[in-house]
Amino acid sequence: MSHSGAFLYDAPGPRARRRILLGSVVSALVLAGVFALALVQFGRTGQLDADRWTPFLDWPIWSYLLVGLRGTALAAALVAVLAGTFGVLLAIGRLSRNRPLRWLSTGYIEVARTIPVLLLIYLMLFGLPAYGINLPVLWKLVVPLTIANAAVVAEIVRAGVLALPRGQMEAALSLGIRRSQAMRFVVLPQALRHVTPSLVTQLVSLIKDTSLGYVVAFTELLYRAQVLSAYNRLLIQTFLVVALVYLVFNGALSYLAARLRTRVRRQVAPPSGPAEQAADRELETPVVR
Amino acid sequence: MTAVIENLDPLLRALGTTVLILVISAAGSLVLGVLITVARVSPIPVLRGAAWAYVQVFVNVPLLALLLLAVFALPDAGLLMPLTTTVIVVLTVYEAAYVAEAVRSGINTVASGQVEAARALGLRLSQTLRHVVVPQAVRAVVQPLGNVMIALLMNTALAATVGVVELTSAVNKVNLVAAQPIPIFTAAGLTYMALALAIGLAAGRIEKKVAIHR
Repeated sequence: MSHSGAFLYDAPGPRARRRILLGSVVSALVLAGVFALALVQFGRTGQLDADRWTPFLDWPIWSYLLVGLRGTALAAALVAVLAGTFGVLLAIGRLSRNRPLRWLSTGYIEVARTIPVLLLIYLMLFGLPAYGINLPVLWKLVVPLTIANAAVVAEIVRAGVLALPRGQMEAALSLGIRRSQAMRFVVLPQALRHVTPSLVTQLVSLIKDTSLGYVVAFTELLYRAQVLSAYNRLLIQTFLVVALVYLVFNGALSYLAARLRTRVRRQVAPPSGPAEQAADRELETPVVR
Repeated sequence: MTAVIENLDPLLRALGTTVLILVISAAGSLVLGVLITVARVSPIPVLRGAAWAYVQVFVNVPLLALLLLAVFALPDAGLLMPLTTTVIVVLTVYEAAYVAEAVRSGINTVASGQVEAARALGLRLSQTLRHVVVPQAVRAVVQPLGNVMIALLMNTALAATVGVVELTSAVNKVNLVAAQPIPIFTAAGLTYMALALAIGLAAGRIEKKVAIHR
């Protein structure tokens, strides 16, 4: 009775329990049927043959893919650090009292959020070299991703600052410290702690985005998968294995984000009466992309 | 600017493809996403687990990996569809996971008194969901759903990587011939911004119209 839909129904009685059992059996059969159909289709075309899967038990293939995973981690770490720094600065800019600074930050955020990363990557690959700007491959991936992710991070951080009770800033100012100091020592540390779950979710999103290294031919996981599958002709197997690798790593991070989210919520909201329960099951900011 | 005007015809056709992909996947993912949410809050554990697994897969695996799998790999298993159709299907199932996440957080905003009242009136669970919970949940998350649709617009650009001639791909092709990157890419960026702005404004208007004042 702890999942998110539990408040929709009473504790089931004997008849409801029978129905739930029947529903479980029927839906399990349907799901198994769909899965079996897929397996039959795969089997008929020989995709399930053992020799198409055993290569993935060999170390050389994994060491080849692991080099790609290292590239993914490197690109993701660079983007995370750069977009994180840049994003916090943009958030402060958008919240500042200095009008030109505020407009500049707002304008940047709104523009960067609505331009596809791939368009920026094509600009890096095929546009800018005409003007003599030809970055190394890694940066052709990192720069567009930073441009896009900084805007998203800025919005997450800004939401965190806005969600903080105003009394925090007022108390700090009444103690006689300057606005910038209050921001740095009082508001930002708390705001960042509250939005950590959303930032981790955004990290998952940007790790997924590093797969665009496939387009710029940077050695990351998906690019390696593509090269490997061109060599061993095991397209389905290679891409499924790589998708599984992404699922394991990003799934772990998503799980961490969910854990952090419940912890932050517990810290922010003390136990409340039944009237506030609906408000307690608060809106999570769904992270897009 | 001349390069854009001279190539207006193919660029507009490519824009049409982008809008086509956007509209169909948007409609599809909204419907599928709501269905997944319903499965996710259902009393049937198997459905709940399946919906959870679905969301986990599509939230954690890159769209590009799924596109490559569907376009280049699945034909090996005899699963071959027209290119644009494949892209639309992949975008639909991918974005449906995000729609489901958004709608689920909307369901969390529905007061439990609403459900209890519906039950007191004798509505069955399916009726409660259809007439009471889902309408209110969706109304509460119009703005987040708008953001998901903007993300979908950004993601339609990935169709270029598998050979669909949509806006990003067409812009790149025009630039390779005309070699005027700044005006060409600026025009494309402005077009995407205009489309995103349209989605954002539409979401704002819809929200105003259907918002529940408590």
